[in-house]
Amino acid sequence: MSDSLNIADIRKRLNAQNGKAYWRSLDELADTEEFRSFLEQEFPRQAAPLEGSFQRRDFLKLLGASLALAGLTACARPVPAGEKIVPYVRQPEQIIPGRPLFFASAMNHGGYGEGVLVESHQGRPTKVEGNPDHPASLGATGVAAQASVLTLYDPERSQAVISDGSDRTWEEFSEALSSALAETDNGSGLRLLTENVTSPTLARQIERLLEQYPEAVWHQYDASRSDQLLEGTRLAFGEPLMPAFDFANTGVVVSLDADFTNDYPGRLRYARAFADRRRVHEADSDPGRFYAFESSPTPTGSISDHRIPLGPGQIGDLIAVLAARLGVEAPERELPSAVSEPLFEALLEDLQGAGDRALLVPGQYLPAQVQALVHAINDTLGAGGNTVRFLQPAGTAPTPGGQSLAQLTEAMNAGNVSVLAMLGVNPVYSAPVALGFGEALARVPFSVHLGIYADETAEIATWHVPEAHFLETWSDTRAFDGTATITQPLISTFYGGRSHHELLAALAGDAEPTSYELVRSYWSDQVEGAFEEFWRQAVYGGVIAGSASPVATPTVQAFEVELPEPSQELTVSFRPDPTIGDGRWANNGWLQELPKPFTKLTWDNAALVSPATAEELGVNNGDVVTLTADDRSVEAPIWVLPGQARGTVTVHLGYGRGRAGRIGSGIGFDANALRPADGAWTAPVSVEKTGGRYKLVSTQPHHNLNGTGEERHIIRAGTVAEFRDEPEHPHFVHPVAHHESNLYPDYVYDSYAWGMVIDMNVCTGCNACVVACQSENNVPIVGKDQVAVGREMHWLRIDNYHAGDIDDPEYFHQPMLCQHCEQAPCEPVCPVGATVHDNEGLNTMVYNRCVGTRYCSNNCPYKVRRYNFLQYAELSNTATELSLASNPDVTVRSRGVMEKCSFCVQRIAKARIDAETEDRRIADGEVVTACQAACPTRAIVFGDLNDSSAAVSRLKLSPLNYQLLAELNTKPRNTYLARVKNPHPQLVSEEAGAH
Amino acid sequence: MSDAVMEADTRNRGLYGLVAEFDSAEEILVAAEATSQAGYSRTDAYTPFAVEGLDDKLGMKPTRLGWIMLLAGTAGGFLGFFMQWYANVVHYPLNIGGRPFNSWPNFVVITFEVTVLVSAFTVGLVMLARNGLPRPYHPIFNTPNFENATRDKFFLCIEARDEKFDLTATRRFLEELAPTRVSMVER
Amino acid sequence: MTVRKGSRPPFRETNRVIGRGQSYGTVDDVVDAPVLTEPRATPAWWFVGMLLALAFLGMYLGTIVYLITTGIGIFGNNIPVAWGFPIINFVWWIGIGHAGTLISAALLLFRQPWRTSINRFAEAMTIFAVVCAGLYPILHLGRPWVFYWLLPYPNTMGLWPQFRSPLDWDLFAISTYASVSILFWYVGLIPDLATLRDRARNKGLKLLYAVLCLGWNNSTKAWQRYMRAYLLLAAISFPLVLSVHSTIAMDFAFSQVPGWNNTIMPPYFVAGAVFAGFAMVLILAIPLRKAFGLEKLITMRHLDNSAKLMLATGLIVVYGYVIELFIAWYSGAEFERFMAYNRVFGADHWWAFWLLILCNFVAIQPLWLLRVRQSPIALFIISVIVSIGMWLERFVIISITLTKDFLLSSWHDYQATVFDWSLYLGSFGLFATLFFLFIRVLPSIATTEMKELVHHDAHHGSDYFEKIRAKETGLEVDG
Repeated sequence: MSDSLNIADIRKRLNAQNGKAYWRSLDELADTEEFRSFLEQEFPRQAAPLEGSFQRRDFLKLLGASLALAGLTACARPVPAGEKIVPYVRQPEQIIPGRPLFFASAMNHGGYGEGVLVESHQGRPTKVEGNPDHPASLGATGVAAQASVLTLYDPERSQAVISDGSDRTWEEFSEALSSALAETDNGSGLRLLTENVTSPTLARQIERLLEQYPEAVWHQYDASRSDQLLEGTRLAFGEPLMPAFDFANTGVVVSLDADFTNDYPGRLRYARAFADRRRVHEADSDPGRFYAFESSPTPTGSISDHRIPLGPGQIGDLIAVLAARLGVEAPERELPSAVSEPLFEALLEDLQGAGDRALLVPGQYLPAQVQALVHAINDTLGAGGNTVRFLQPAGTAPTPGGQSLAQLTEAMNAGNVSVLAMLGVNPVYSAPVALGFGEALARVPFSVHLGIYADETAEIATWHVPEAHFLETWSDTRAFDGTATITQPLISTFYGGRSHHELLAALAGDAEPTSYELVRSYWSDQVEGAFEEFWRQAVYGGVIAGSASPVATPTVQAFEVELPEPSQELTVSFRPDPTIGDGRWANNGWLQELPKPFTKLTWDNAALVSPATAEELGVNNGDVVTLTADDRSVEAPIWVLPGQARGTVTVHLGYGRGRAGRIGSGIGFDANALRPADGAWTAPVSVEKTGGRYKLVSTQPHHNLNGTGEERHIIRAGTVAEFRDEPEHPHFVHPVAHHESNLYPDYVYDSYAWGMVIDMNVCTGCNACVVACQSENNVPIVGKDQVAVGREMHWLRIDNYHAGDIDDPEYFHQPMLCQHCEQAPCEPVCPVGATVHDNEGLNTMVYNRCVGTRYCSNNCPYKVRRYNFLQYAELSNTATELSLASNPDVTVRSRGVMEKCSFCVQRIAKARIDAETEDRRIADGEVVTACQAACPTRAIVFGDLNDSSAAVSRLKLSPLNYQLLAELNTKPRNTYLARVKNPHPQLVSEEAGAH
Repeated sequence: MSDAVMEADTRNRGLYGLVAEFDSAEEILVAAEATSQAGYSRTDAYTPFAVEGLDDKLGMKPTRLGWIMLLAGTAGGFLGFFMQWYANVVHYPLNIGGRPFNSWPNFVVITFEVTVLVSAFTVGLVMLARNGLPRPYHPIFNTPNFENATRDKFFLCIEARDEKFDLTATRRFLEELAPTRVSMVER
Repeated sequence: MTVRKGSRPPFRETNRVIGRGQSYGTVDDVVDAPVLTEPRATPAWWFVGMLLALAFLGMYLGTIVYLITTGIGIFGNNIPVAWGFPIINFVWWIGIGHAGTLISAALLLFRQPWRTSINRFAEAMTIFAVVCAGLYPILHLGRPWVFYWLLPYPNTMGLWPQFRSPLDWDLFAISTYASVSILFWYVGLIPDLATLRDRARNKGLKLLYAVLCLGWNNSTKAWQRYMRAYLLLAAISFPLVLSVHSTIAMDFAFSQVPGWNNTIMPPYFVAGAVFAGFAMVLILAIPLRKAFGLEKLITMRHLDNSAKLMLATGLIVVYGYVIELFIAWYSGAEFERFMAYNRVFGADHWWAFWLLILCNFVAIQPLWLLRVRQSPIALFIISVIVSIGMWLERFVIISITLTKDFLLSSWHDYQATVFDWSLYLGSFGLFATLFFLFIRVLPSIATTEMKELVHHDAHHGSDYFEKIRAKETGLEVDG
């Protein structure tokens, strides 16, 4: 480092300055000669092989660039003076180095809050867990929450107020703002654009702003959720209501394109409840029956008893026919051909049989009218008020969102908008291109964009203000059921962002507001009496008791239903991307590399078509086609997805970003270009082959269990009936007799014996565990090109298989992690003893002893070992701000060493220390692995097999428990519970199980 | 002690021996036989290649290298196995894939290889040592035309140390064997 | 086999173990000439060859530098195919080495006089091949700079290498093999070095050889011990050479991977090694004898016998293929069966299997014919084909097998990168460089042993086997 740059003295030079000057000087710095040589020295040529055709994805360069900044950034600046944040379990004064603190907060998903507990190491948030006390979480999280810490530290977040391309200060902005506002007489021309507002404080601020400026108008837009849900209830009951389902009470559940465990307000709660209802451990347990009609495979549908691929249009028809048969007034329709007569009859029989224990769940992306029809059917069945109740919506909405954006665009085009404030939205990208929001926005003389990134909207808006990440600021939010949570900052604004509250205050004329005061003042008005006590409790527990919305008892009113005429032409249906949503998480490497459910695609979106449709179109994976709807068209690569509804093309939003950052920009295609201006979720489309090819990268090329796959007995599945025939020893669980015989005596584990059971019956393949593992264990990302050659690093992957008819297959998810075999094949072949067993039966990996022969991986029948072919750790998430998201309890692996799942040994160690200090054994449930904690359906159970009362030990006794590849005699500590379906008896012959 | 002997003794000081040069392996075999029959014991022959049977003819005892190798090999084998046993059972026992610490079948290969290594090197090095190699100087090289001992000439040497050695008598004896020449070789 | 009278091919060269009219002296002159020529007098082709070799060596070293600085990610390896070209090349090179030891050790024990004129450079070939081979396992490590952790010593934490691992067995087997081969080779060289010492005119050269031969003086006592030691070394090298490739075979046999854990692996690998080894012997011998005019020492007889051994071992290898497939079917284990199917008909790599059948089975069939075995050109071509075939065999066994193992979810294809190739082709540069140096500074034929043969020949005439063979085939025996 002699001739090149010395971190220490840069830090000195920079500490001399502060605030924005600090960042500016870094930019200057970035041009100096020494800086470049420093970069050269720090960027390893290692980066070279990761380059290639996908330059933009060569984000490693960028991370390297921020590597220079990394050394300079003080980790966590203390929370501003006078603002007291309250730890979840321990008092801050009890901080013990190495002991993380947990703070309750909440993160919005699809506009509604989901409670989280955030792990903080010395003031540095590193991991997000679910808040067990929060009704919308119950301890689970979704993928976005798990990955949010990475976004928090993302060096590409916008870091300064920007106006026409140059950095400004907040003061300059508020001056400009007030002068702009001064010109509007009581707010005519002032427009406000937000997402769904579930923050009571924000709602009141907006309310007051609108009082202050009576002429001002408030618009909403959120591409990551569908407002049709509330529209549907408004149609059916006359007022917008939030449906709340009670699965515990159901006998028959029918999903109508509803991914209610994964993409639905209240999804995590539903996932838990539904899984508990569906669980089968003993022969006498009754899982009820679950039919899923869906246009594209969803995690929810994949655990159904009967899954019928059905295009959105036909789902409408089906509901109409169903309604008619159940005596609900509905338009004349034919039963869609994809729904066989016997199946329909069975469905009908089940529904009528179940009566008020039946439940039809309308998909939130279905047209409002169809959803209304579903509510009517539920009502007729008596389900309404029983298995489904209705709550006052938690959000405060001015007018239906999609329309509202259209009105705003109109107004802008008409020149009626002089001041526009956009809070945490990116309509220039996420609105349908046909709407022409961007061009309209360019006409607005004063527009301000508040966003985490300086994105497409920031580029056009006259002002951009960096937004504070939810872990950086005080706020509050309501869950889908109205339960309010006060979100507390775990770290003061890392890149100098501002909260929504602060911007609104600025609009209202308050120059230097703080979110803390704004939130406190709101709640102090809500509670009478001991506010401090209330505040402490609220912040501490992450839940404000009794804040849930009141239950409404609506009655179905007459409404018009107009279904589109059944047509044979192709339909395209739009969905937020399963990992990066509507694009808001596009710059999050973890989410980009997270294999999408079913397709296992990474770093891309694709046009999903069924095998039959692909045949008709003469296309195959990777063929580029032109999708055309009216005058709108976009080029997209094809991915053939078994189980996709015939004649339906599903495309995901969130890709084709222009200004997402080095990771998220320019990958995939922008489905918004195809979307109708009115924001409809489906559209008729024509598909044309361009002859071009595009390289799509999937982490799992082989899914089909037919043929050799079946012979391998990887997935064991049967039916409840079969199970009842052989309650002790079901043949489908043990298709081949396996006699254990050993050359050597068994090793005795007398202290603890850690083991895991994964229930394939309730695993929906939602991916939460995968990101949780990545976050907990500092698993690096490697980029598309490395994934393409089979070098992804996920310690925990979800194997996805399908069996039976390729167009209408059964789906199975099998979370695959190190099985911790007692007779591990990987261990005897390691020449240096880098992977050995500990006395608690963990198959441990000694990174610093590993020389990297990779023999262990060859000999691992489960192929769960991951290898650092290059310096991934350095290239992807260490030695940069991103390294702050790393878990200090887990070693960061260097190039050339093998790594794999450790059963979260760091958590076991922590529990052991606690237990030993209190001189007791570790209690059951005291050690919870990251994947287990995140799992919304509690499919993963972990514990001590030597403790016969432990949940895991009891599950191991279930007749459904089986070892994968038992014939190899590896004695895995991780076992699976076979899938048990409960098909309608009359349909069993028709749906011969795969096994 | 007789004067003659004392005189011979003084004359022989500085003399290594008498060397007879032959043209073929056949001739030297005959000569060797005669020499040992004549009772000379401190003799040696120098030939371009190992002439079959020449060592018997010169009355040399067979070498014991074979036994040395057997010992070395056995020792090596024990060493090899002991190392593995000690490392796995005594010094640093580890649970490797549930195998017992002394899973001897896994130790066979290395035991064998160490056996081979030790025995091979013992043989090679002992052979050199017993031949006194490496050796920068040897009086025999003073023999005229000796460079052809590595080409196509065969030399028979009776060393002066031999009790029966008598300059004149031995020279006469050698000349009777019809060599191409007989030469006195200095130490 | 017999050849019909009249169809006797026109023999231009002698089929005797040693050409007529050889005396002790002429052997020296012929063999030592290339070694003792003045540097200026070195033939031009040597410089050309050396230059080419150095070019490839440069590529090799270049690749290594990039490899060390970047990581083995520059190769095509992935999960599940964690072993690719480096291991294939390792097994291939080590196999080639075996012929040398077999010729010098086994044939010595079996008293095959014809080995004499080819054992020296065959042993050299062994050593150089082992050098090329031995580097790969180190280079393919994720952290090559700590390869010494495999050596048998306790580290500061008292941790030893994991002796149960076949990779550690490899370390022992290969290092033993290398050092014993070098010892055997050097011991064999000592008398010839003495000869060179006496032939050399140039003072410096003389001194060099004098030092190298340790002052060897041809005394009968020395010869006695020497011959015994040499025989014993041969005796120990024979089981050693068998053990080495068996051990390497156990890298696979020891594992659980379908297509790897077969008990047939060790013998089948050894046969393959000898097969490939004799192919390489021919590839080297045929040009060498031409270049140095050694036709009368390395005669058609040697080529012919090597060819026969190649044919025999080749057929054993093919038997191995058949048994492998049969066992896969017979085992009834789906994984084994699918693996076999995948190797033979798999969509991605079926060509590799059929190509190797072409190279290792079809291509050697002409060797049944006398006139083919009597044609150096034909032998040379066949040997090259066989070498390619044996490389393909390892490719199929190692990499193709790994692409599809137990769980369908983790199947993944394997594609080699340019660096895989440059490290492979580069190793030829290393081998050739060493070999060119060898033929320039050391006698490529064991002269003392040849003299023994001349002596033997003069008394008992051509050896017994040759007489019988001559009767059968009506080949010339006495010139």
